[in-house]
Amino acid sequence: MDILSGLMQGFAVALQPANLLWCLVGAVLGTVVGIMPGLGPPATIAMLLPLTFLMNPASAMIMLAGIYYGAKYGGSTTSILLNVPGESASVVTCLDGYAMARNGRAGAALGIAAIASFIAGTVGVLGLMLVAPPLAKMALAFSSPEYFALMALGLAMVVLLAGRSMLKALLAMLVGLWIAGIGTDLFSTTSRFTFGRIELLSGVDFVVVAIGVFAIGEVLAGLEAPEEARLLPVPKGLRNLLPTLQDLKDCRFAFANGSVIGFLIGVLPGAGSTIASFISYGVEKAVSKRADQFGTGVVEGVAAPEGANNSETGGALVPLLTLGIPGSGTTAVLLAALVLWGFKPGPLFISENPSMFWGLVASMYIGNVMLLILNLPLVPLFAQVLRMPQYVLYPLILGISIVGVYSTSGSLFDVALLAGFGLIGYLMRKLDYPSAPLILGLVLGGAMERALRQSLMMSEGHLSILVSRPISAVMLALAVLILLIPVFTQVNAWRLQALEQDQ
Amino acid sequence: MRGRSADFWSGLALAALGAYIIVQAWQWEYLGDDGPGPGFFPLWHGVAMVVLSAALVISSAARARSADTGRLDWRRVGRALGIWAALAVSVACFKLLGFVLSFAALTLFIVAVMFRRRLAVAAAVAASMAAGFYLLFPLALGVQLPVGVFGF
Repeated sequence: MDILSGLMQGFAVALQPANLLWCLVGAVLGTVVGIMPGLGPPATIAMLLPLTFLMNPASAMIMLAGIYYGAKYGGSTTSILLNVPGESASVVTCLDGYAMARNGRAGAALGIAAIASFIAGTVGVLGLMLVAPPLAKMALAFSSPEYFALMALGLAMVVLLAGRSMLKALLAMLVGLWIAGIGTDLFSTTSRFTFGRIELLSGVDFVVVAIGVFAIGEVLAGLEAPEEARLLPVPKGLRNLLPTLQDLKDCRFAFANGSVIGFLIGVLPGAGSTIASFISYGVEKAVSKRADQFGTGVVEGVAAPEGANNSETGGALVPLLTLGIPGSGTTAVLLAALVLWGFKPGPLFISENPSMFWGLVASMYIGNVMLLILNLPLVPLFAQVLRMPQYVLYPLILGISIVGVYSTSGSLFDVALLAGFGLIGYLMRKLDYPSAPLILGLVLGGAMERALRQSLMMSEGHLSILVSRPISAVMLALAVLILLIPVFTQVNAWRLQALEQDQ
Repeated sequence: MRGRSADFWSGLALAALGAYIIVQAWQWEYLGDDGPGPGFFPLWHGVAMVVLSAALVISSAARARSADTGRLDWRRVGRALGIWAALAVSVACFKLLGFVLSFAALTLFIVAVMFRRRLAVAAAVAASMAAGFYLLFPLALGVQLPVGVFGF
């Protein structure tokens, strides 16, 4: 199926009234979630996942993806009005966004953020549409060794880019692999790490871990020192939210920069929208004629990172849908959602489920238009979300989390596990262990072990199969190289320290 | 507790988990006629966990001698752990009291004790929240919630 006919089929799916409604629900929910500091898309998607089991999978995916990219639009609002990023991807927007707001240009900052998000978000979807099908065809040549190597490479990238300590990221990933190993081994029917509990024979449900680590962990961290929001006045009226022609002219390169960098970084597992926004801000500053004014309220300083973090969404869906490899916590939850609905994301996903893939792509075009229309005039309304008392918000999240887990399995044991994983999620935040590698280890652990064991069965136990095939050899070499980068950096630091002491 | 000792203790805990994984994996088949057994993968990631957590323990001990890093704010941690304990008690009460009553009690605790709002406000939030969940999930959507001895 060529791209054009695929897209036509996608619009036929996405324009169904029910799917339009779910796209709108996802976009609105995503915007609200993006605005709320402390509640991120992975937690929201994980919480809502059990409630989507009764929905048509295409509608559910359209809604969950809407939350994912909608949050990127909303994330800028608090950065600009409150100097508190709603999402980590909007941290860098605080620099010039908040400065613009303090200079009395909050409306223009919010407007340019929405326009940059729209342009780059659309470019990201365009990239997804053009890159995903050929990549999926290429991946059809993959066998178990290549899959094992690909997952190892994906995990290595996530470990490299998650958190400040690579050691802690690796340990978090290993804990995820261990949790994935709990239950009955399907090759030999041996029960592993079940502590004699019948409830653990079928393994630990991904939903329990994801909601516990993301949602409950966030609630506990937020309740440590609750603070009421003190936001700058929100400009009212569409006219006050529109940037000037000069602003748009100044942002020409920022729109292109954010779109391209965001998409390319999105395709890389582990990099994510935060890194995309920082890199595009850095590039924008490097090429700008007024680099010295960055941080004082320069409009390009808002457009570039906001564009990048939206374009990243399209890029991040490429490895998820074509290779079955998620690159972040949010895409890991989306992968789990697809698996729970009975799909198998990978090279055959697009050809076996064209209406799902193209419906999602088309819904993202529509969702971006909806978000632009919603975000420009309705920013003052969305900002009111920040006035919701935290003593109402946090119990609400706890309640939805419990109901979500209980509705999946009907098991009180799972609810107890949820509390346990909530504590683990909180401790990970306090002790500076990144949660994304744990979630990715959990999602990929089973498939990774299966791929390794199948590879070794193919080679009658010889590990050389992993390095004798060119694609897997290259990917494993890259994974090893990535894991060795910090060692070289450390060695270099020691060398420089020794040189300084000599002098 | 200092930041470095937090790393030290978390490293030790993870090393213990790694050791447990190795001990368990040792009891399962490593390599069989059909290829790797159920002990193959866990054994190696258990070994990796022990090695990496040992590196964390050693590096945090080395840092402890050279520099003092940040401290945990125990008052804040205490608040979070207090709420977690309330959540755990609430979950433990689901079988006896059901979701509605247990969740109302949890909300009451959070609003009245943690946010120090007046008891009347806390009771109103708790009652409306529990009622809202009951009306939305079991009644409107047909989603089952844990039921206690009182039948709801």
